[in-house]
Amino acid sequence: MSNFKDFTRRRVIKSGAAAAAAASATPYFFTNAALADAHAGYRNAPQGDTVTLGFNVPQSGPYADEGADELRAYELAVEHLNGEGDAGMMPTFSSKALKGNGILGKKVVYVTGDTQTKSDAARASARSMIEKDGAVMITGGSSSGVAVAVQALCQEAGIIFMAGLTHSNDTTGKDKKANGFRHFFNSYMSGAALAPVLAKNYGNDRKAYHLTADYNWGYTTEQAVKESTEALGWETVAAVKTPLTQTDFSAYIAPVLQSGADTLVLNHYGGNMVNSLTNAVQFGLRDKQVNGKDFQIVVPLYSRLMAKGAGANVKGIFGSTNWHWSLTDEGSKAFVKSFGTKYGFPPSQAAHTCYVQTLLYADACERAGTFNPCGVVEALEGFEFDGLGNGKTLYRAEDHQCFKDVLVVKGKENPDSDFDLLEVVEVTPVDQVTYAPDHPQMRDGDGNVVPVGTCNPGA
Amino acid sequence: MEAIVLQVLNGLDKGSAYALIALGLTLIFGTLGVVNFAHGALFMIGAFCAVTLSKLLTVSHIVIDETKTDFLGNPAKVEVPYLYDVFGQATGDVIIDWAVPISILVAIPVMMAIGVAMERGLIKHFYKRPHADQILVTFGLAIVLQEIIKYFYGANPIPTPAPEVFAGSFDFGTLLGFDPNLVIYPYWRLVYFAFAAVVIGGVFSFLQFTTFGMVVRAGMQDRETVGLLGINIDKRFTIMFGLAAAVAGIAGVMYTPINSPNYHMGMDFLVLSFVVVVVGGMGSLGGAVLAGFLLGILESFASMGQVLEVLPGINQVILYVVAIVILLTRPRGLMGRPGVMED
Repeated sequence: MSNFKDFTRRRVIKSGAAAAAAASATPYFFTNAALADAHAGYRNAPQGDTVTLGFNVPQSGPYADEGADELRAYELAVEHLNGEGDAGMMPTFSSKALKGNGILGKKVVYVTGDTQTKSDAARASARSMIEKDGAVMITGGSSSGVAVAVQALCQEAGIIFMAGLTHSNDTTGKDKKANGFRHFFNSYMSGAALAPVLAKNYGNDRKAYHLTADYNWGYTTEQAVKESTEALGWETVAAVKTPLTQTDFSAYIAPVLQSGADTLVLNHYGGNMVNSLTNAVQFGLRDKQVNGKDFQIVVPLYSRLMAKGAGANVKGIFGSTNWHWSLTDEGSKAFVKSFGTKYGFPPSQAAHTCYVQTLLYADACERAGTFNPCGVVEALEGFEFDGLGNGKTLYRAEDHQCFKDVLVVKGKENPDSDFDLLEVVEVTPVDQVTYAPDHPQMRDGDGNVVPVGTCNPGA
Repeated sequence: MEAIVLQVLNGLDKGSAYALIALGLTLIFGTLGVVNFAHGALFMIGAFCAVTLSKLLTVSHIVIDETKTDFLGNPAKVEVPYLYDVFGQATGDVIIDWAVPISILVAIPVMMAIGVAMERGLIKHFYKRPHADQILVTFGLAIVLQEIIKYFYGANPIPTPAPEVFAGSFDFGTLLGFDPNLVIYPYWRLVYFAFAAVVIGGVFSFLQFTTFGMVVRAGMQDRETVGLLGINIDKRFTIMFGLAAAVAGIAGVMYTPINSPNYHMGMDFLVLSFVVVVVGGMGSLGGAVLAGFLLGILESFASMGQVLEVLPGINQVILYVVAIVILLTRPRGLMGRPGVMED
């Protein structure tokens, strides 16, 4: 028994202060929530007849339109999982574990968060959905910085993270986590898919000038495209970093011709891509002849929503994309019909990857027979599937990256509508974009391979 | 050598935008003593006047084209602008093509009205409040305006091209004896520079050579004395606020072909424009214009590959470094007057 005689006011205050300090210093994940879920063996085990998913997308900030499209896809996926609507890609999905009665018989409900495309805001909204709303899985996002940050949080919290649009090698390279999974392709794959098409169309003797957004995604994309094109005989004459906040790129574009380059690679995304491409076209680069060749521009990562911002400037410009609504496989047709009928326009690649990730998570829970993150990880690792719009796909166990065909696209010369901006020129087979898990581009700054680690159930 | 010529040219159009925004900021500060953080938002709204007019000119009715299908396989719905019905397709296309320059005619009255409404409805209540209060309320207003635009137009940039005749670039290098393609400059940016020169000249002439301008200048020097002479200086200052808003607005209109406008474009210019005003000298119109072009050109030089090799990252801080150096050596800025913001 405690000796109450020893309790003086001074001692109580000291003990209280120490307890408060300990409580605030200890992550919430390792205290009350973990204790509450201890009986289930994992964090946020669904209680009652519903299961809560957390959709963490940019609802404000520069990628808000992309976030809105992601949210539309998530709402559609929830409808289909709950047996409402036309079932979308569920009938074309090679796995038949989903029954249209929610996940493991529990109706799917969801909460949303706003990443604002800022790592700290995204972590805060994910944390809130985990702690306050009891989300058992977090998904979404439109930036690699956000994906890496939220993925690390989910690993720590013992929650599954199904990444949205994130293209940096690092998400499933040096920053990969056991609880995180990416369906979207990455910079390496863009380089590997694009380079042969560029060589075929523009020849093996080209001098490239890279303009690269000065952040994580820009670096990995520049490295991937550089290595892939140099392997085919191209020379890189310069690679210049541009600030992420840059809006007018004229000062960077003007010296391109003076460098002797005949090809400009814009490792830019979003507003950066729209502005740099617009500026490059304004400067008339594409009308010039350098080294006896027509000057060319390349945009390694295309997004239809961004292409719309650049308008007619995208015409004839090569790039790569994860998926495009014009694909004619059964899965893509079913998704486009479902999404188009509900919203009146075709889905973006961001919407597609988010929809697919939700279905893949639900399917993994069904196959594992549990929401326990470790069960889900086991079900997804090495999982091969088809019928979700990208052909045969593998969720590789070593890095939780999906391996599938990659689309090389070109800005359409005569678009029929606002969303008919890109045309698929080549479907690069998966073998051509597959790399070893310990590929140098996937290593950390010291050249070490970072293992995927072990799953964390959070309890 | 050609690299230097090129970066000077590059700096001119950016400097033009800085100068036009800083000119409006200085007009407002010089007349009303208000630090207007919503001025970047006025530049953005001007740009969206061009977007709006472009959209209005292409308002269409739907015609079903049985020969084509839409993305769901249904007969395609082709949009035909009403303008074609009124003027015929050829003339309609020309009008749509010239939407940006035509927008200036719309933007001037719209921006004047917005400026006057802003001053009468909100800012006049903050004349006697500290500058910190003015900054907070105008910054808040800027965020509200930004969110309104985002609500109606979305977050993505909206392409608003220049007339076809201005597409492409001019080879300056051949004029100066360089090899072809070494010094090229887009036609529209030349137009923008010329436009900025005309607007700046117009504002200075208005202030210098008209009675209205003379009264305003007198009011800027000594508001009380002008008031004691029986002149309603407040009314004139309100009109100057409207004029400053119009200058920012038409600067935004003409900037749309350079960078596709989005709801955030005003903020991108705002902080730099304040640096321009401070470097030029608070309240000095000439200083604002001079500093605008100077800093625009310096920023271009700082982005040169050769400079970045020696000083990596200098392009991101050059304006602030120059501002610090100038303020240390000339605390009132390049052309600042004694007594302004020194109380």
